[in-house]
Amino acid sequence: MKKFTLRNLRVALAVVFFLSITLLFLDFTGTVHAWLGWMAKIQFLPALLAMNVAVVAGLVLMTLLFGRVYCSIICPLGVMQDVFAWFGKKSKKHRYTYSPAKNVLRWLMVVLMGAAIILGIGAFVALFAPYSAYGRIAQSFLSPLWQWGNNLLAYWAERRESYAFYSVDVWMRGSVTMIVAGITAVALAVLAWRNGRTYCNTVCPVGTVLGFFAKFSLFRPVIDTSKCNGCGLCARNCKASCIDSKNHKIDYSRCVDCMDCIGKCSKRAISYSLRTRQQPAEALSGSEAPAIDSGRRRFFTITALAGTAAAMKAQDKVVDGGLAEILDKKAPVRKTPVVPPGAQGIRNLTTHCTACQLCVAVCPNGVLRPSADFERLMQPESSYERGYCRPECTKCSDVCPAGAIKPITVADKSSIQIGHAVWVKENCVPLTDGVECGNCARHCPVGAIQMVASDPDNEGSLKIPVVNTERCIGCGACENLCPARPFSAIYVEGHENHRTI
Amino acid sequence: MKKNIFNNKDINRREFLKRLGLGTAAVSAVSLAGCGTKQTTASGSGNELGEIPTDKMTYRVNPTTGDRVSVLGYGCMRWPTIPDPEHDGEDLIDQETVNRLVDYAIEHGVNYFDTSPAYCKGRSEKATGIALSRHPRDKYFIATKLSNFSPSTWSREASLEMYHNSFKELQVDYIDYLLLHGIGMGGMESLNGRYIDNGVLDYLLKEREAGRIRNLGFSYHGDIEVFDYLLSQHDKYKWDFVQIQLNYLDWKHARELNPRNTDAEYLYGELASRNIPAVIMEPLLGGRLSNVPDHIVARLRQQEPDRSVASWAFRYAGTFPGVLTVLSGMTYMEHLQDNLRSYCPLQPLSDKENEFLYETANLMVQYPTIPCNDCKYCMPCPYGLDIPGILLHYNKCVNQGNVPESSQAENYRQARQAFLVGYDRSVPRLRQANHCIGCNQCSPHCPQNINIPEQLHRIDNFVEELKQGKV
Repeated sequence: MKKFTLRNLRVALAVVFFLSITLLFLDFTGTVHAWLGWMAKIQFLPALLAMNVAVVAGLVLMTLLFGRVYCSIICPLGVMQDVFAWFGKKSKKHRYTYSPAKNVLRWLMVVLMGAAIILGIGAFVALFAPYSAYGRIAQSFLSPLWQWGNNLLAYWAERRESYAFYSVDVWMRGSVTMIVAGITAVALAVLAWRNGRTYCNTVCPVGTVLGFFAKFSLFRPVIDTSKCNGCGLCARNCKASCIDSKNHKIDYSRCVDCMDCIGKCSKRAISYSLRTRQQPAEALSGSEAPAIDSGRRRFFTITALAGTAAAMKAQDKVVDGGLAEILDKKAPVRKTPVVPPGAQGIRNLTTHCTACQLCVAVCPNGVLRPSADFERLMQPESSYERGYCRPECTKCSDVCPAGAIKPITVADKSSIQIGHAVWVKENCVPLTDGVECGNCARHCPVGAIQMVASDPDNEGSLKIPVVNTERCIGCGACENLCPARPFSAIYVEGHENHRTI
Repeated sequence: MKKNIFNNKDINRREFLKRLGLGTAAVSAVSLAGCGTKQTTASGSGNELGEIPTDKMTYRVNPTTGDRVSVLGYGCMRWPTIPDPEHDGEDLIDQETVNRLVDYAIEHGVNYFDTSPAYCKGRSEKATGIALSRHPRDKYFIATKLSNFSPSTWSREASLEMYHNSFKELQVDYIDYLLLHGIGMGGMESLNGRYIDNGVLDYLLKEREAGRIRNLGFSYHGDIEVFDYLLSQHDKYKWDFVQIQLNYLDWKHARELNPRNTDAEYLYGELASRNIPAVIMEPLLGGRLSNVPDHIVARLRQQEPDRSVASWAFRYAGTFPGVLTVLSGMTYMEHLQDNLRSYCPLQPLSDKENEFLYETANLMVQYPTIPCNDCKYCMPCPYGLDIPGILLHYNKCVNQGNVPESSQAENYRQARQAFLVGYDRSVPRLRQANHCIGCNQCSPHCPQNINIPEQLHRIDNFVEELKQGKV
């Protein structure tokens, strides 16, 4: 049994939080969220964007009491860096050195972040939101592993006539997001391996803001100058590079209260204790927010809707058996993106979402994926090639920690218009294949589609769909279940602002 | 690999000849008029694990040609397959296993093999031909069909091409039993289009005279008008045999279950009154009389603990004296062995036992399974659905009690999970019922006259209710 130390307590809590938050991104059944969903909701930036006053105040208060414990325990990106640093430490001991704070850069990042939030530049916020950066890594790289593991269990379960596990589709939600997550993971791994918490103390705006409060914290590690022999062991083991051992000073704006130094000091000269004297607050280094180009730019141009869809022709059946080939659906170009119910509209989503991918990770219908559009980079959007927004599901709205997708009930959902269906005559199977269809009308959960004779003068002619856009909620059942492939004969255009009918 | 097959062939042929020689001497000829076996003990042949004798097969004599036909006929519609190593998702006929099954069947006295140019995506005749050509031609009877269902094959040229191609695929120069395939499907119009107006039937009659067809008959599904018409022309056509669907459920319930179908009692009666031998198909309803609800299993097993559930259906069909052979599409060795146990020799059912089965049938019709026998005539669906896969999953859940009627039901949660998870396992999502557009191209192909789109939409609604928790 390990001796109780503050460091061990920190490590234990960090492990619990880190694993739990990771599990939130892996669990596709939604059961874990009922128990651990709050761990996403106490993340600083999402809570700030959700204007969750209680959480933000609580985190500030916690920092005022104990310092930046948030960065060592609650923030999964911080803990992830500690994991990399821990491996780094194994290869070389006492590797760190003190370095002065880069306050200009730090506060510049805070100002930029503030400006981006106010101006609604979601991509920038998303890129530097620490919890979300971790979420993208977990969703992009850990989630597929988890799902493959699950599918293996499902494979065994199937052979034992057990229905305990079911297999799920493993697919790449967005290449841009995956690349960003990959770069973030590699960059942070290198930085953490070499220098510990460099990112947290130079770039991370949450770290800087909490660091500001941490300077006034009630409890903090202090060096007892009467015991210190100036050996510098503490500084060489400080992953935050914040212990100036020569001057016996600790920069509390950068200290993440990891408590490593306390145990390292052979003279027991460092202790985590109540503050005794006031330190002058450092001057805030101000900087102007540069103008950011908000012009429309797409990272990837989506292939244009082809004029004619390759509709499957009913082949002349001569022999029995076999399965017809099914082409994959392709996403249509939507003039207005579709965002899930609860998002209230594109504006609300872009100004609140930190692109953590939690909604993308939990969407059981293969609808949500990160956007590749620059203005909404990595933020979720809906598309219906793999499934549609099913009436009984409110998972994304349940899990969103940032208020980007606000909680809704199943009843709410049936009356929220997130878009409307548009008919594409050229692809419609009764007209291309000359057969009866009506699959869109049959599956519309709100009865917004009626089938009418394609020739108004001939009641007996094959029926085509007409959409009552006043009733349509944009769920995409019609688009997903339309037999026309690869482009559906009916698809959903988004609404900038969702309406309630 | 190839060498191996040849080795097998040699051994099997030698073994086969040896045993057949013994067999012929021992088998007592059972005439068409009746079978005299009076054994009542359920030992030996009836036992599930007992040795299967090679010389006890019951035979029936064809009155026109004198053929001694084994009462168990091999249906070649369900040959086993293996994944195609070259094309992902495709499959190939497992020829090695087919050879093994055929060898085993012949070794145990089976001599009637029924195939069609349409079966197994059109690959059944070839596979059957390969397996049978390894045996002497006079040791087996080949039945195949003129399966010109598609209007593109209605022309005389296309139909005759199909007929002549069967000789090539089967590697034979005469066909023992040739059938007009599935008359009744598509009504009189289809019969006239396929066989009468194009002169194909006249051609086949000449082929029979020439000896290239030894017996001419037809198989019937669907519109009873066509069946009655062809029998009314018996004096003209001299049908050597007719293939009908007969089993203890369809005897009295076929019409009740689907008004477009006809009870087997009528069909068999019409044939018996004209002394036309009946070949029986669907004795087991594609496994539906084997895969039955638990209480039916208990009922049958209680009566005859040593016999399989399926054996009841086979003994039932074989008991009719006018039956020439009972076809079974045996994919697995175990099925073949089980059927051999039922027929080596056949112990006919007593009147009391028949009555017991009719009572069982009355209990069964209360279970709302869909009468799909997995024949795959409806496939491929042009929109990619796996129609039999969906229907069989539904039936399986009905039989296992996993179709919850309300969320208040005791096992609702498990049943829901089993239905939905099992559905995704049995049928890929893109091939499930919610993709059925109702184009109805499948229904005319269904020998059971199932209104397929209606059933698929019903199942889809049920799945939707389960998913939304509205059941």
